[in-house]
Amino acid sequence: MKPAATAHPHNPWLAHAVRISRMAAATPGVFICDLVFQDSAVAEEYTFAPGQFNMLYLPGLGEIAISISSDPDQRDCISHTIREAGNVTRALGELPVGSALGLRGPFGSSWPTENCIGRDVVLVAGGIGLAPLRPAICHLLAHRERYGELNLIIGAREPSGLLYTTEFDAWRADGLNVHVTVDRANSDWHGAIGMVTNVLDRLWLRQPENTLMLTCGPEVMMWYAVQMAIRRGLSPESLYVSLERNMNCAIGLCGHCQFGPQFLCKDGPIFRYDRVASILKVDDL
Amino acid sequence: MTSPTESNRSVLFLGRGQLNQLIRALADDGYQVVGPTIDQAAIVYGEITSADDLPIGWTDVQEPGKYRLQRRDDEACFGYVVGPHSWKKYLFPPVTLVATADRTKTGWQLSTPETEPPRYAFLGVRGCELAAMRIQDKVFLGGPFVDPTYQKRRAAAFIVAVNCTQAAPTCFCTSMNTGPRCSSGFDLALTEVADGFLMEIGSESGNVVAARLNVEPATSAQLESGNAARQQAVDQISKQLDTTDIRDLLMNNLRHPHWEEVANRCLSCTNCTMVCPTCFCSSVNEVPDLTGDHVDRERSWDSCFNIDFSYMNGSPTRNSIHSRYRQWMTHKLATWHDQFGSSGCVGCGRCITWCPVGIDLTQEVAAIRSSQNNPSVEGAVNSSHDNEGVS
Repeated sequence: MKPAATAHPHNPWLAHAVRISRMAAATPGVFICDLVFQDSAVAEEYTFAPGQFNMLYLPGLGEIAISISSDPDQRDCISHTIREAGNVTRALGELPVGSALGLRGPFGSSWPTENCIGRDVVLVAGGIGLAPLRPAICHLLAHRERYGELNLIIGAREPSGLLYTTEFDAWRADGLNVHVTVDRANSDWHGAIGMVTNVLDRLWLRQPENTLMLTCGPEVMMWYAVQMAIRRGLSPESLYVSLERNMNCAIGLCGHCQFGPQFLCKDGPIFRYDRVASILKVDDL
Repeated sequence: MTSPTESNRSVLFLGRGQLNQLIRALADDGYQVVGPTIDQAAIVYGEITSADDLPIGWTDVQEPGKYRLQRRDDEACFGYVVGPHSWKKYLFPPVTLVATADRTKTGWQLSTPETEPPRYAFLGVRGCELAAMRIQDKVFLGGPFVDPTYQKRRAAAFIVAVNCTQAAPTCFCTSMNTGPRCSSGFDLALTEVADGFLMEIGSESGNVVAARLNVEPATSAQLESGNAARQQAVDQISKQLDTTDIRDLLMNNLRHPHWEEVANRCLSCTNCTMVCPTCFCSSVNEVPDLTGDHVDRERSWDSCFNIDFSYMNGSPTRNSIHSRYRQWMTHKLATWHDQFGSSGCVGCGRCITWCPVGIDLTQEVAAIRSSQNNPSVEGAVNSSHDNEGVS
């Protein structure tokens, strides 16, 4: 009665002790929280791939899944861009620098940066969907010579909802074409107005058949971005979406994050579009 | 553990009066023996100290939405089918401590409990229940992360299987290829006959225990009555689930109107998931002490029928009963194949018996299947919508 088990070296329920090293307001209701490991050996060992997420734990309040938004090559801290949505994120947002919390991770699938080599890449972000794309942007720009044309389309409801605006110029200088559009403008806004799909519709694509799209944002936005990409000649096998469901354990054991046959925590959150296409538009799945 | 085939497995005979010897031998080895016992008018699993704790002379009468105990006209120890409990309550306990947090001067001490697991000997494991353990092994031990609680408890367990000699109208293990015969996955397997038990050895640990019992090789007459007793269970199984292409049948019919029809009956009470021997959904809850300086992280059984289960960003993803019933059934019978390489259903019939309104999943599948064969039924061809937009 001793079934063979693929032993994982650590108890997956054990959280690492981390401390807040920086807190910054980002956009209304969104803050950036940098964390450092208490144990330098853990810090040494910890690596993540762009698109993965951590479980952040406030004892007594609970655990939440938050995508990592820092550069994967940055070793001194891990950054999370967090929208205040529930009691854990609200309490986290009020913690001062130096506060202690727990972290388990990294978990989940990552953006296909290997597949991007030698190809053009379009990144499409809606609102806070830019956060899990930021590590991919850092990685692509750190190895800029490996890739063809790089385009980033960022959409937000309002100009005040745009994340990381101070980094846009540096990204452009490093060889990323940044296109920004908002749903509703104010009098200070001089950029584009409309949806990300409008920008994608007009984007110059020199070789659609050799272009990848990575998208993260509201599910409905990703759906229309995907349809537009297919209309523009990208193949369904070259489109990647980042999905979101309730996450509880993050290790594929609790059942919460199921989406059809997928466990979002271990099979996702990032999926090749054609692998989830048949269930994406099924209501309440 | 090796599983000797039936042919080379020597069958022993344990006299009826010697069953206590087996229970004592297991207890002497440090096992906590758990088995069937009568509590709250049902046959449930609990601690057993002697054969007197077994439901001697009782049987269960089951139908969709109905369970009753009834006197037998003999003194059989295992003359029932299955009750509301399954062994998952010992391997994957309803409440488990998975981690703790203790406040220190500078932050939090985060730990995981390193307690020794209880060593259980399970007495009376049915064929469908052995299959359920194999399925939960895949869930808790077969993925990238292993559940430490399940792993320790499972590794320490000693399993005495008992072949069914009768079946309930809710049983359909023969459709799921999980029984009624216990063929592997046990240390010892018993078949109850009139004056005792035929005993098969399934592992070296089983062999060691059997060697300490007053057993003798079974006579051909005893073997014959064992075969007849087991055949009786096979013959009594009346329910069937047609599993042909069942994964695609259900996944191609996610918009079928029948889900709404089931939802009109389903109370979303979670009973089916609580009694299911393979359902594994859970939630971790924070349980702080009064000071807030010590926090237990407790994992409790949860259910996809609970509305909060899919809660995200201010609302539940599965807000309707039809979406929750669809999630349960398509997971159990369809997507389980994608995830774990087998069906999640073992055909034990518990979800049918313990459903307060008697919903029978085999009938719900049959309803969807028959609409496929009859194109005049509305919704039968709706699978063509599934690829909409991919033009």
